[in-house]
Amino acid sequence: MPANRFNNFTDYGIGIGLRATHYSHILTRKPVVDWFEIISENFMIDGGRPLSILDQILEQYKVVQHGVSMYFGSAERPNREHLRRLKALVKRTNTPWLSDHLCWGSVDGRYTHDLLPMPYTFEAARITAQKVREVRDYLEVPVVVENVSSYAEFHISEMTEWEFLNEVVERADCGILLDVNNIYVSSKNHNFDPFTYVNSVPAERVAQIHIAGHSKYRKYILDTHDHPVIDPVWKLYSRAIERIGHTATLLEWDDRIPSFDEVHDEALKANRFLASASLATAV
Amino acid sequence: MKLLSLQRRMARAVMTPLTPSERMRSVAPDGRSMRAVASEIIKPNDRLTSFERLEIYNRQYWFRILSGFAEDFPGLRSVLGGSKFDRMAKAYLTDCPSQSFTLRNLGACLEAWLSKNSHWAGTRQQLALDMVRLEWADIQAFDGAAQPPLKPEDLTGANPAKLRLRLQPYIQLLDLRYPVDDLLLEVRKVEEDTDFASNAFSEKHHRKRVSAVARLKTEPIFLAVHRMDDSVYFRRLQAEEFAILRGLRGGKPLNSAVESALKKSSIPPEERPADVQHWFQTWSALGWFCRINGDGSERSSSAESSRGWKVTKNGQRSKSNSAAL
Repeated sequence: MPANRFNNFTDYGIGIGLRATHYSHILTRKPVVDWFEIISENFMIDGGRPLSILDQILEQYKVVQHGVSMYFGSAERPNREHLRRLKALVKRTNTPWLSDHLCWGSVDGRYTHDLLPMPYTFEAARITAQKVREVRDYLEVPVVVENVSSYAEFHISEMTEWEFLNEVVERADCGILLDVNNIYVSSKNHNFDPFTYVNSVPAERVAQIHIAGHSKYRKYILDTHDHPVIDPVWKLYSRAIERIGHTATLLEWDDRIPSFDEVHDEALKANRFLASASLATAV
Repeated sequence: MKLLSLQRRMARAVMTPLTPSERMRSVAPDGRSMRAVASEIIKPNDRLTSFERLEIYNRQYWFRILSGFAEDFPGLRSVLGGSKFDRMAKAYLTDCPSQSFTLRNLGACLEAWLSKNSHWAGTRQQLALDMVRLEWADIQAFDGAAQPPLKPEDLTGANPAKLRLRLQPYIQLLDLRYPVDDLLLEVRKVEEDTDFASNAFSEKHHRKRVSAVARLKTEPIFLAVHRMDDSVYFRRLQAEEFAILRGLRGGKPLNSAVESALKKSSIPPEERPADVQHWFQTWSALGWFCRINGDGSERSSSAESSRGWKVTKNGQRSKSNSAAL
């Protein structure tokens, strides 16, 4: 199921995150890349260099927007200024779908600029789903939610993380950006089987997949996006592709970013799994 | 516990300043034990206590916002010195936490806050305030809106007594007392050049330069922080130039802005027409005016400074110099 209503019936291949350190390489060498993911907030501005560069990228590449501060899970209402700016950017990029995280990060108008974990309660699922619907209705583009890495769990949780994800997406009738690295990181931090998570996700709702590297500490794993993808994460990715089929896949590399080619080569490793998914479909 | 209540409790804990050794405090702002606060909301696991799990978020919060803030104000850092700047940043961000979805706006309240909390800059208060205003103007000019530029034909038949020229929104006009524009450019240059050298070298260099600037006798310095080909520039202005531009930005008609700007000018009257013409030619060439309607009403609502910023996943921001392109 490569294309579905959550990714606007597109069939994107393997993309990488658009990062400032690669601008020059991309605009001068014009490498072949299936698509770029941009961090929406970097371009929710009134003018200047970031928008000029984005416009040049848009002339040659497909771009999908990914946000980091919508905070679907925050108890407060969506920020109107944020939505207004986001909508302007959606019109500019013509993004086929738009993603942000299943998390919270602001309260009473104060922002932590972090992806804080949700308490897995029915109340939180209801509030989150309502917000996803509001945002989608305002932006008029499919909205998909991404599972985050987490380092804490709450006493008040009433279900597992994957049950919460399912509850939210069913209530909101939205898609999923499945981050298999985040599943791996959280599984180590919270002692669960990551394959149980991947096997529980409603495959028909997955619009996109994220892969990334992370950093291992003595007592926990931190989602740092500063390393290549490790084998256990590729195995999870393989299982996800086996269930979901050929799906738009994006490598995130946000810190200690190597050369464009190195990042792109790492992303293209996903091809071997996507190829086998295509073969399976053909058979 | 309801969602809102949990989020308020956790956010309060996450935004509580760290100890000097960058650990989570043992006492919450309301005087309760932070261990108790953490235990009430967060489960422990087989490796980490509730306190330790909460501490991960507490530390990430401060590392992220302090690093974003320091990237935006390297000039202020050089004025205050590294260690005082770090303490000031923690105090500022504790009093004025982010109220924006973007880290770009972290410094939005800094000028007002520093004016009220003058002890941070001591005898360098004016120098510090000048630098803050310049660095904030730099941020505003970098990604401020640009309107279609004014063309000569747009002025055909316009009445100067009624004509209201509109400045590009990204242009920032500053009246300063210290040459912080020169200082900031030096600071940036030294930091770029010493990327792989020791921090001690750049700190020492900045200390000497800042001391020299702080000893200067204050004098009015008028500056336009503007943008050309997507790069930010600082342009010194004469007092009269500045007054005309400020008048125009304030909505004065062209004639009135020029007349009031020249009222107390020391420029000999016979030289004024040529000067004014030259200034307008320069500003027009720089694209500083926006297009206006035929009746004169608004149609819609040097050294280079380079800066850039990007938000990465998890809200982290890192600077990217415009030299990238």
